[in-house]
Amino acid sequence: MKLTTLFASAAVALGLAAGGALAQDKTKVGFVYVGPVGDGGWTYEHDQGRKAVAEEFGDAVETVYVENVAEGPDAERVITQMALQGADLIFTTSFGYMDPTINVAAKFPDVKFEHATGYKRADNVSTYSARFYEGRAVQGTIAGHMTESNIIGYIGSYPIPEVIRGINSAYIHAKKVNPDVQFKIVWAFTWFDPAKEADAAKVLIEQGADVILQHTDSTAPQAAAQAAGNVITFGQASDMAEYGPKPRVSSIIDNWAPYYIARTKAVIDGTWTSTDTWDGIGPGMVGIGEISDAVPADVKAEALALKDAMAAGEYHPFTGPLKKQDGSDFLGEGETADDGTLAGMNFYVEGIEGSIPE
Amino acid sequence: MIRLEKRPQPSRVWSLTTPLVAVVATMIMGGVLFALLGKDPVEAILTIFWDPLFGEFAFYYRPQLLVKGAPLVLIAIGLSLGFRAGIWNIGAEGQYIIGALTGAGVGLAFYPMEGWFIFPLMVFAGALGGWAWAMIPAVLKTRFGTNEILVSLMLVYVAEQFLASMSLGLMKNPEGFGFPGSRNLQQYASAHNAEIVTGTGMHWGVVAALIAVIFAYVLLNRHMLGYHIRLTGEAPRAARFAGVKPARLILFCLGASGALAGLAGMFEVSGPAGQVSIDFNVGYGFTAIIVAFLGRLHPVGILLAGGLMALTYIGGDIAQGNLGLPSAAIQVFQGMLLFFLLALDLLTNYRIAFGKPEVA
Repeated sequence: MKLTTLFASAAVALGLAAGGALAQDKTKVGFVYVGPVGDGGWTYEHDQGRKAVAEEFGDAVETVYVENVAEGPDAERVITQMALQGADLIFTTSFGYMDPTINVAAKFPDVKFEHATGYKRADNVSTYSARFYEGRAVQGTIAGHMTESNIIGYIGSYPIPEVIRGINSAYIHAKKVNPDVQFKIVWAFTWFDPAKEADAAKVLIEQGADVILQHTDSTAPQAAAQAAGNVITFGQASDMAEYGPKPRVSSIIDNWAPYYIARTKAVIDGTWTSTDTWDGIGPGMVGIGEISDAVPADVKAEALALKDAMAAGEYHPFTGPLKKQDGSDFLGEGETADDGTLAGMNFYVEGIEGSIPE
Repeated sequence: MIRLEKRPQPSRVWSLTTPLVAVVATMIMGGVLFALLGKDPVEAILTIFWDPLFGEFAFYYRPQLLVKGAPLVLIAIGLSLGFRAGIWNIGAEGQYIIGALTGAGVGLAFYPMEGWFIFPLMVFAGALGGWAWAMIPAVLKTRFGTNEILVSLMLVYVAEQFLASMSLGLMKNPEGFGFPGSRNLQQYASAHNAEIVTGTGMHWGVVAALIAVIFAYVLLNRHMLGYHIRLTGEAPRAARFAGVKPARLILFCLGASGALAGLAGMFEVSGPAGQVSIDFNVGYGFTAIIVAFLGRLHPVGILLAGGLMALTYIGGDIAQGNLGLPSAAIQVFQGMLLFFLLALDLLTNYRIAFGKPEVA
């Protein structure tokens, strides 16, 4: 209790000291990153969002960030540090920051928090994530058409619902255009480790895969595919356009800028409320990178049509009839998966071989 | 002509002052680095070393120094015993992970039962887990003469796989919507390693670290076993004549450092971290090696070094947030500290001489 009192008095002191002159004119927005801003993937795109906020509001907003923050006590300290230093809004951009964010938020009721990819909310804590599985549907469609060996390699990070959802979505749509397609999945157990990712890509290519999908953040698999020759890849989190037009034929781009700008605006206007946002291609949170000329025009047109249908809300990537891997029913004819099922997805759909590691 | 001349005896003065000189040299070179990055070097150095201790929000950072420093000191004390005897346990990170898993495992097994005995059992299990993990390289070395550096290091990666498996499988929170990670032990009173006095950062791991410092001091200075450890490191031949049994010493040193690393992991998982998660380990086991050497393998030195290391971490994060210093610059800064320490260590055993060597 003593600490809470201390925090409260510090917050009051800050409010009196800085609030009058600075904080009111200038809104301070903090970002906590799990990786380095130069990772070329996940953290890089969050930092692009931060820069967009800085550009949009100019002198009205001050942005700060701390990179390479380990999940756990370090994250809690860094988030507290930002709140103490007078941040009005703090984005915590990794799943493992969930409990630390909730803990700090309880001590700073006047500061707004935004936690990416988690499921715990509070009056001053919102959550947000993107429907990357929509992008996976586009990838699956292109991959199914493009593969000649009918073997598609997939580099998974950790076997969590987010990643499994992506595998299922890609598989469903690859299978739809190419019934003979087969998925080979390698778990890297990392989000960012160029050496491990490159090894995973090489193993998959040796096993005959001529399309590599990745759910890890570095460009190492792209480089491995380029070295191997006739293999295509997709950029992950970031466009990775430097590997185009081949091996990189398209990409999923995390576009956080519109959301970050909207939420900052809400804090400035005093209209911020705790919400749960899960946006996809439609609102622009998930972007599909330019489909390169290595993809035939008809395939490109089909992929873009699928993208437009999802953006318009006319098509859901998880539409029945679908069965689970064990043969039990998942979705009936025309039925679509609800968000609860998608959020906790821990099974493969029928046709994918192998089991989810535990 | 400048040359290095071996001292007949290691210099006691240099042995004590090199850590301080290394810190000062790091500050100077770090200042140059920060200046090259376009930041005010004095402000940056002050932010790292002054703000956490005496700055505006020191009331929050001072307790955090204990939280960050305690596992470093606890592990480094254990490592220093072996290092003094020339027994190299590089795998404290793995023992730290296993200690956290066994400790948390005991706690989670009792959930949701409340009882005073649960936390002491977890402490015991944590120490036992770390000890057992360290016994693998110890037994392999005494039985088959394997290299404990390699075996203990490789076991870190095995432990990391265990950690991932536990976070995704056996210890996964059944109410976590399929997300990885265990229940949060902070919300389970009987298993929570809470602050002993709220707001001070003083949890049981800090107490254990302080006890370990005292225990190691007494062991090394007043006990026969401590004498044997020092003797083996300084004069292995003499140690053999004195009747020191190397196998027993290996088992003791690796076992003790493993148990302390396991304890550190257990206190961390049940307190500041709260849960078993895939990325639970953040490198304390490796940083503790730096801390052990920075503290000159002396218990009191390690205590101070652990505090200094914690200071650079916390101050480094503040400098990132306030001054926009990249985290890589902070890591280079910390690397400099070890570099200067090892480089200046030369002066303990050698002196710089000018002119031609004297003819003996």
